[in-house]
Amino acid sequence: MQTLANSTSGTISTAAELQSVSRLYGSFAALRNVSATFESGTCTVILGENGAGKSTLLRVLAGLIAPTRGTATVFSHPPQQQRGRVAYMSHSPMLYDELTAMENLDYFASLQSSSCNCVGSPEMALRAVGLDPKLSRPVGQYSQGMRQRTSLARVLQADPELLLLDEPFSNLDVASAGHMVELLSDFRTWPAPHGGSRTIILTTHQHRLAEPLADRTMTMQHGQIISEPAA
Amino acid sequence: MKYIQHVLSHLRKDLRLEWRSRDSINGMLFFALLIVAVFSLAFDPTGYPTTARQISGGVIWVAILFASVTALNQSWTREQRNQVLDAQRMAPSPASALFLGKALANLLFVMAVEVVLAPIFIIFYNLHPLGNTWLLALVMPLGTWALVVNGTFFAALGLRTRNRELLLPLLLLPVSLPALLAMVQATTGILTGDLDPIQINLWIRQLGAYDVIFTTICILLFETILHAE
Repeated sequence: MQTLANSTSGTISTAAELQSVSRLYGSFAALRNVSATFESGTCTVILGENGAGKSTLLRVLAGLIAPTRGTATVFSHPPQQQRGRVAYMSHSPMLYDELTAMENLDYFASLQSSSCNCVGSPEMALRAVGLDPKLSRPVGQYSQGMRQRTSLARVLQADPELLLLDEPFSNLDVASAGHMVELLSDFRTWPAPHGGSRTIILTTHQHRLAEPLADRTMTMQHGQIISEPAA
Repeated sequence: MKYIQHVLSHLRKDLRLEWRSRDSINGMLFFALLIVAVFSLAFDPTGYPTTARQISGGVIWVAILFASVTALNQSWTREQRNQVLDAQRMAPSPASALFLGKALANLLFVMAVEVVLAPIFIIFYNLHPLGNTWLLALVMPLGTWALVVNGTFFAALGLRTRNRELLLPLLLLPVSLPALLAMVQATTGILTGDLDPIQINLWIRQLGAYDVIFTTICILLFETILHAE
């Protein structure tokens, strides 16, 4: 109802929306007729077992795969048209193993459009996730946790309005995971481009870690959203 | 200007990655030297200087072609590892800039191999070019770009296939035939001095036209290839 009220008054309040989305891989349905609305400025935590369809849902919203049926929109447009406003952190670090963290972040920062009003430099992004920008080792020699944090720095420096995080706490020790939750809480308060607000959609198995962030929690099973209790 | 900056970012990154690993250049150089050495053993270049000149134009391009195929097959491997390609697909940067950056990097790698290969080739085949040698400075980059631009494109096309090592030469060799013909004819003409400058000029123009046409096609189609599932 709030979404409807805001949209009629001219304010864009829906960050992302899925309408009867199915995604098939051959005969296997990774997503089955999923409908969901993600409002701007909220953090949605998606829970579910392995193979429940959480990662597929994020990849559809990121515009990396297209739905077989149904429609996905991000800021009222197809996700592929919203590059630069959406950032996605997957299981893989999405970084070059042979480059240092700073070189990786410099490279991705150089690909941002000129209109991007980045919150911080690559150096600041690395400091924010607790890494030394002067570290001369290539990313391939980092621990899994360090790679995860570098990957988070990569998405944060893109200054996204919609942040999609796939299992962000995996491979992190308790202290680092706690630090990441604090950082994501901070991120939501950063001023967003276009006068909007920051939206986070994250998938995790570690419900307790994400609890302080969650405005809404969903559970997925066999490619469907089976419960959507209030956080 | 922003587009050129994006192309240069991709190019710088690829040059840095190659500088750290030297995978492509070392592999290509070894393969090209092997081909040149094997062919030189098949006959006596000092005893038959005319024959050496007549076949060397073909031999050098065969060596460069096969060597570059080995490197081009691997040119998108680093992007596939760790799903870096997905991050590049999501970046607000034109897909064609990614393609051009990669193709330019591959051009520099192959030309670096040619620079090392050329003196060795001249010694092995006892070559004394009889035509306008400076024209090779046009033929070599144009011919290399013809191989590299299509090779980079077809390597990307094969990214999501299981037999991509097989797919690249199967696609690249037939498509490159008009360019290969022009490269070999022009190079042989320069080495033997048999062709007059007008004929060589025609082959070079054909090569240039081929480069323009296929570079345009690759740039226009690359976004579709990049986002194909």
